[in-house]
Amino acid sequence: MTSPLYVRTTMIPPKNPPSSQVGIVHWIRDNLFSSGTNIFLTLAAIYAVYVLVATIGPWLSRSVWNASSLTECRAIIAATYGEGKSGACFAVINERWQQILFGFYPRDLYWRPTLTLVLMLVALGPILFSWVPRAMLWFSVCFPALAFWLLWGGTIWFPVMILVGFAVGYLAYRVVSAINGLAGIIAAIIVPVIWWLYLCGPLSDAVQSVVPIELRALRSADFGGFLLSAVIGISGIAFSLPLGILLALGRQSDMLVVKSFCVAFIEGLRGVPLITLLFTASLLLNYFLPPGTEFDIIMRVIIMVTLFSAAYMAEVIRGGLAALPRGQYEAADALGLDYWQAQRLIIMPQALKVSIPGIVGNFIGLFKDTTLVSFISLQDPLQLVSSIRANTEWNGIYWELFIFVGFLFFIFCFSMSRYSMYLENKLKTDHR
Amino acid sequence: MAEAATAVNRSKMTVSDEVAIQITDMNKWYGTFHVLRDINITVNKGERIVVCGPSGSGKSTLIRCINRLEEHQQGQIIVDGTELTSDLKNIDKVRSEVGMVFQHFNLFPHLTILENLTLAPIWVRKVPKKEAEETAMYFLQKVKIPEQAHKYPGQLSGGQQQRVAIARSLCMKPRIMLFDEPTSALDPEMIKEVLDTMISLAEDGMTMICVTHEMGFAQAVANRVIFMDQGQIVEQNEPREFFNNPQSDRTKLFLSQILGH
Amino acid sequence: MALASDAPRAGFRLGILIYDTRYRSLTIQVVFLFLSILFFAWLVTNTIHNLSIKGKDFDFGFLWVRSGYDINQMLIPYSSDSTHGTALLVGLLNTLLLAFLACVLATVLGIAAGVLRLSKNWIVSRLMAVYVETFRNVPVVVWIVLVNAIMSNSMPEPKAFKGATPEHSMFLDAIAVTNRGVYMPAPAFTRGLGSVDMGLFMFNLNFLAILVVIWGSIWSYKWLQRDATTVQNATGVRPVTWWKSAAILVVPIVALLLGLGFHLENPVLKGFNFIGGLQARNSMIAMWLALSIYSATYIAESVRGGILAISRGQTEAALALGLQPGLATRLVVLPQALRVIIPPLISQYLSITKNTSLAIAVGYMDLRSTLGGITMNQTGRELECMLILMGIYLTISLIISAVMNVYNRSIALKER
Repeated sequence: MTSPLYVRTTMIPPKNPPSSQVGIVHWIRDNLFSSGTNIFLTLAAIYAVYVLVATIGPWLSRSVWNASSLTECRAIIAATYGEGKSGACFAVINERWQQILFGFYPRDLYWRPTLTLVLMLVALGPILFSWVPRAMLWFSVCFPALAFWLLWGGTIWFPVMILVGFAVGYLAYRVVSAINGLAGIIAAIIVPVIWWLYLCGPLSDAVQSVVPIELRALRSADFGGFLLSAVIGISGIAFSLPLGILLALGRQSDMLVVKSFCVAFIEGLRGVPLITLLFTASLLLNYFLPPGTEFDIIMRVIIMVTLFSAAYMAEVIRGGLAALPRGQYEAADALGLDYWQAQRLIIMPQALKVSIPGIVGNFIGLFKDTTLVSFISLQDPLQLVSSIRANTEWNGIYWELFIFVGFLFFIFCFSMSRYSMYLENKLKTDHR
Repeated sequence: MAEAATAVNRSKMTVSDEVAIQITDMNKWYGTFHVLRDINITVNKGERIVVCGPSGSGKSTLIRCINRLEEHQQGQIIVDGTELTSDLKNIDKVRSEVGMVFQHFNLFPHLTILENLTLAPIWVRKVPKKEAEETAMYFLQKVKIPEQAHKYPGQLSGGQQQRVAIARSLCMKPRIMLFDEPTSALDPEMIKEVLDTMISLAEDGMTMICVTHEMGFAQAVANRVIFMDQGQIVEQNEPREFFNNPQSDRTKLFLSQILGH
Repeated sequence: MALASDAPRAGFRLGILIYDTRYRSLTIQVVFLFLSILFFAWLVTNTIHNLSIKGKDFDFGFLWVRSGYDINQMLIPYSSDSTHGTALLVGLLNTLLLAFLACVLATVLGIAAGVLRLSKNWIVSRLMAVYVETFRNVPVVVWIVLVNAIMSNSMPEPKAFKGATPEHSMFLDAIAVTNRGVYMPAPAFTRGLGSVDMGLFMFNLNFLAILVVIWGSIWSYKWLQRDATTVQNATGVRPVTWWKSAAILVVPIVALLLGLGFHLENPVLKGFNFIGGLQARNSMIAMWLALSIYSATYIAESVRGGILAISRGQTEAALALGLQPGLATRLVVLPQALRVIIPPLISQYLSITKNTSLAIAVGYMDLRSTLGGITMNQTGRELECMLILMGIYLTISLIISAVMNVYNRSIALKER
């Protein structure tokens, strides 16, 4: 061994890699043709892409947007591109897109769902993005009532009175809890219930007769298309999260009765297909309710979808709760927080953060599941598609319609899943 | 720092003239980033080399190239007479003769300690199971945890896991051992037990290349210290000279930082 | 107990039930239980009242009454003279058959897509990402109806296979894809074993014999492998077993089939339709393909997640020990990845099984269509039918969950 001493006098500057290691050629060789299997995969994939493009491309390029029936469409394609050529007949979308979006909602009232959608985006702002002013949350809180009024119409005073119920409850709590804390809580529950059950209707009628503000009232049967999916999906999403949280907490609880109830509820609902629950809503609910109860079908479906989704939500959130270290509960106890404070301030924010992918996955699932309402004869997009296909003018058409409907769902679901990824990255505060 | 490593028995720590590893003009790029620049090292059998340097200096990449966990793009690496190329046979040969210990132990969590130790001898060396288990128990004795043989990695402390990882490599009877920051992920009280294991390995005459910041270990065991920065070898010397009389400014800066003065 | 007697003797106050930790939980539970009982009592009273208004009773006797309707796909003998109970069974078997086929195809596709999405090959991984994102972000019902529409609208009619120079010819003279479904050869036995009457249905003995032989082969194969491991443990060298394995797995079943006089009966075109052979209706093909392709995207994601969950360090450690890449995957990566992959895989099977109820979209005769469809409409017993329907689905789900729990417990990694 020679003398070990070695000292570098001048540092070597970085050099460019040899030309065989960089550039597009190297990238292609490294990524696409590095081995026999890889070459095979690449060729197979290129062939698959070629077949897809070669089939879809010409078909799309020969689209017809103006025609009144499939026969006319085919005639136009044959005339323009020659006999036997196939082409897309998007004329059906051109003619029926409003129906697929809004169902049989009166044409002159389309502005109402559209406005609701815009307002919803405004209301979602402060919930989804932290840079929107907090004060906007008040609008978000009032939005459900406003949306209900815009969509179903009728007097504005009814939803207003429903909202007032919350204020009345709060007021009752403040007044009574000054005397006795327990009585305050009881009052906060009982007073609004009495308000909603007995005072809401007469009061809104009374105010309506003095200050009439109303929109044309619509029945649930007028709802349809993507509007219906959105109403069911979004209400389901909004209600299933809080219910799911409660169920998850119930399942984690030490109280045997509450726990077994929650377990039975969660496992029972997760164990059956949604379609059986929808059938229950449409066929059996009449058995369970007092005779003669009329109960709006969309409301029934929303309730069932919410319950179903909440059971799944509960399991996702339970996973998040289980992932929390024991120390978090102990720390919350040590700080002297009571159960609900600890849940609200310490436990839930963390558990929900962990469960974001699962929660959004559930939302997406719920939204896709709204298509099932077509099986209980609600006019969802799929039901409308099949009635268009049953129509003599458009008999035999399917690709164009399904592409359109599928695309609408895709946009919603895909953007939800991207948003969840964005949120996940943003919330990785405990990550370096 | 491992001050207890004073009573090191150097009787078997002899360096032979035979070359174990020969690295000539080796260069490596990650994409366009030049991570290893003109590396030339000759390691003789029985040498105990400590590689140190600031983070990102390429020292881990260097030893990972020696058993081809990383590919080099230019130059030559010859391990025990076998040149590392894309030839899979050569790679297999080198890997089965070079043991490696990782920063994060990388024990197989689904196997017991004993199964972790016997897996490679059984499947690579084709040793009968009973014999492999006997060897495994011998090395577990050597790292002083034979009683843990039937537990799972998750049930052991970090220091114990790292000693198992060392024993696992030894079961393949390697001629060269590579250590990639073996104590960096350990709690201070566990560092000593791992270093002691490594020292006893050195006392048995193993050829070792060790990436570490444990300067006490370097002084007690190493016969050469290599200092790397910006992907190149900046200084090398025998440990006493290296620590007492560093030559380059970069080395001085690094030593002042790591020795905390 | 001096302390206890020092406690303030305020006597009983209502507040103590809420504010004292000793009673609080009990109070809440009692109130909760009381309210739930009240609620259920209310539901039951309403139901009884409603039933009496409609002049109905609550009785499952209809299951033993002649059904009077036909089912177009049956795995056990059934006719309109059979009972509603048999119809239920036919539907259940159709549900299970569809679920099984869809699980198999979804698993194959899902594993392929998941592994390929991780491939270093840029085109392949992009293509798989597009597949996964496209299919999982569109409702499965859309896919089901679409596949059904393609089958019924774009496939040739059976008569297109007719004539000396037909427009379409059958694949291998055996399989015809038509707008009425896929016609394929049916297995038949010249020296069959016949069937046994099991009361509700007939049980085919040939089928049983085949199952027994396959089970025997697999068992012998396992025995062979265990033997090989013993030899390996003793000598260090694992004996070569692939040809023995092949023989054990193939020879007995071939022998049995020859013995039973197994042959395929091809469908034959008679008039304007095929007769003989097996017909997989469009409804079934649509359900099978759509469910599989859709569910495969979820399986692909769990497979990808499972593989990604195994840190690179594990592979590197295995390679550094000298294990070749194939062995490293088999002995180190796969056993760990499977622990991560199998639980979501089983949930996916569960969800496929529940999704078979979407057969309503295309009229496949599953459990929902027989019991929860025609039987319910004919007998007017919504309550009973829905209860049985939900009960059966719930039972299947609970069984699958139980299997999953047992599995999870058996594979849990031991930690401190």
